[in-house]
Amino acid sequence: MKIFGLQRRTLALFAVILALLLLFIYVALRAGPLAPIAVTTTQVELRSLAPSLFGIGTVEAGYTYKIGPTHTSRLKQINVQVGDLVTAGQVLGEMDNVDLADKLVAQQAATRRAEALVEQAEATQKFAQAQVERYESLLASKNTSAESVALKRQELALAKATLKAATADIDRLAAEFSALLNQKENLQLKAPAAGLVVARNSELGSTVVAGQAVVELIDPASLWVHVRFDQVNARGLAANLPASITLRSQQGVSLLGKVLRVEPLADAVTEEVLAKVIFNEALQPLPPLGELAEVTVQLLSLPVTAVIPNAAIRVNKGQRGVWKLTQDQLVFIPLLLGRADLDGYVQVKEGLNLGDEIVLYSEKALTAKSRLQITKSLVGKEQ
Amino acid sequence: MISLAGRDILHAWGKFIFTGVGLGLLIGVTLIMAGVYRGMVDDGKVLLDNSGADLWVVQQATLGPYAEPSSVPDDIWRSLLTQPGVAEAANITYLTMQIERGEDDVRAMVVGIAPGGAGTLGWPRYLVAGRQITRGHYEAVADLASGFQLGDYLTIRRNQYKVVGLTRRMVSASGDPMIFIPLKGAQEAQFLKDKDAILMQRRRTEANPALNRPNLPGLLEAVLASQTTNPSVNAVLVRIKPEYLPQAVAEPIERWQRFTVYDREQMEGILIGKLIATSARQISMFLVILAIVCAAIVAFIIYTLTMDKIREIAVLKLIGTRNRTLVWMILQQALVLGAIGFVVGKITATFAAPIFPKYVLLLPIDSIIGFVAIQLICTLASVVAIRMALKVDPAEVIG
Repeated sequence: MKIFGLQRRTLALFAVILALLLLFIYVALRAGPLAPIAVTTTQVELRSLAPSLFGIGTVEAGYTYKIGPTHTSRLKQINVQVGDLVTAGQVLGEMDNVDLADKLVAQQAATRRAEALVEQAEATQKFAQAQVERYESLLASKNTSAESVALKRQELALAKATLKAATADIDRLAAEFSALLNQKENLQLKAPAAGLVVARNSELGSTVVAGQAVVELIDPASLWVHVRFDQVNARGLAANLPASITLRSQQGVSLLGKVLRVEPLADAVTEEVLAKVIFNEALQPLPPLGELAEVTVQLLSLPVTAVIPNAAIRVNKGQRGVWKLTQDQLVFIPLLLGRADLDGYVQVKEGLNLGDEIVLYSEKALTAKSRLQITKSLVGKEQ
Repeated sequence: MISLAGRDILHAWGKFIFTGVGLGLLIGVTLIMAGVYRGMVDDGKVLLDNSGADLWVVQQATLGPYAEPSSVPDDIWRSLLTQPGVAEAANITYLTMQIERGEDDVRAMVVGIAPGGAGTLGWPRYLVAGRQITRGHYEAVADLASGFQLGDYLTIRRNQYKVVGLTRRMVSASGDPMIFIPLKGAQEAQFLKDKDAILMQRRRTEANPALNRPNLPGLLEAVLASQTTNPSVNAVLVRIKPEYLPQAVAEPIERWQRFTVYDREQMEGILIGKLIATSARQISMFLVILAIVCAAIVAFIIYTLTMDKIREIAVLKLIGTRNRTLVWMILQQALVLGAIGFVVGKITATFAAPIFPKYVLLLPIDSIIGFVAIQLICTLASVVAIRMALKVDPAEVIG
């Protein structure tokens, strides 16, 4: 019994030690730097990519009218509020030029004075003409000297010139009067086109300088999104491509539109290409101008080629490529990559063949000597 | 020849194993402490590895971008590309901040990566799920440690970002998980003011008669627009051509472009020598204290074990057992105890390491050093017990 007891005890001790040793070996090989690296793999597949471009922009109006006076003046009347719809030619407000009425009276007086001057010049000219004729008949009967006749002729020429100047002065003053009338007419702020009032910058009594806008109008039918695309990803952007627009205030709602034009000038500072994207259907109600919008432009589908997920792309010694599995050997293959789509697929131009098995995800950076443990997913559940 | 030590262990094996397990737990804590230190150093190294850079171009006379704030214009990467030896250059921003995660928030390092596709400098080097960022805005790749899942939305400042990819072990020098977002969003997150600050700034500018001139329409708008732009990044990452030495590329950039440039070795020095130096010393202190405590406890255990069988030792001496045999018995027991303790400690440390919130890196070399140290400590600790055993008087047994 004692021997049996001793044996049982020995066995138990050995069992504990063996269990510990096995656990130790497992721990040494399966955890820490010696452990194999869990990876998932994927195969190079044939697929037609439909690349899209993603950009953000702001809602803007294609046509904005800034209506204000052409001369510095005071705001006398304003008829519209922000949000009003106006028709072409509608009077939006009126400016008060303070001294324009007095200027008009002065101009009229000046015209009358000029007319009087013309009458005076005509009388002078008529008298000078009569004198010339009289002296010429006296000279013919040799009752006056040739010099006196010449003097009368000069007086006539002067009288004619004076009349011409006085007549021209009337024209000048008439034109100035007309200019003042035009200016008076222009004091009315009229809508050049039908539109929506988006800003009313001045209130009654404010003095506004020439060129400063009192009212801003937009054409609600001309809304567009001014979109910015990263230059590095903007390949293929062109007019008329379909686009989907998501306004910041309407997450999850996708509005349809198309590219109106790609701006000929890019932004060199922000390294972005600029484009205008219009909505296919007029929006009701109008989104606020300046609201941010996300725009995805759908490019044409590309021919079917070998593609890989972008998560498989690694950098090794400065080269982009993938880790390829060939008979359990890990080889880094530098790649020549083509276009990519927004779902994360990239075309492979050179380096891989259809069906090649490559490492997709890995829990560590790989080297050619890495021991691998191929699993289905690295984050518990299948993503 | 019978093994006295073996017989003795078998005699009270339960007690012996439990003592070993207890000792093992203590050794496990010591190993984990070493692992915490290694983990801190590794956090710094993976931060540099993940950037993929050979050189870091930062604001002049700063230790940026990890150890100090640094700000450089976001268009210098183009002029850096013209420098001899530069193969690739990319802007990068780093910002450590709290990010909301449901009702909770998580501390994370937001990394702004330059556009250019997978493989560009600064991009995550590998993923464990999802895909790399393909849109220039509002997409993010998050580290698993942040707790985000694919498809989650995270809010950084004013914008929401959708998590499209997950990484593992992409952390900052202090172990915070990284969240990669496109550069423009990151620049906004870092430099753009909040809405209230912008409004107040607008009011201040509007109240300034020098900037708000009624006779110059458009001036105020231009001034306001210039106040909200931000053309800065924290650093430019540079990869050099293989045939160039880092210093040979860095020198002309420092001299002519007037920036400070660090190579990998210098950056590692900054991260490990400066950024985590105090915490590393703190951990080292703990490690030393734990080692001393461990040695004291081993000595105490072996002493107690020997004292427990002092009568048996006296009997052995009485029947003429040589001192050498007794010494060997006690030493053997101490060494076996150390070995069991080490095995249990290593197992405990390995299984406990992933539970720790920060990374615990258990290196094989640390385990080997630990094993040798434990055996040495056990040997030294058994000296006291051996002295006791040798001093015991066989006559005590017969009393």
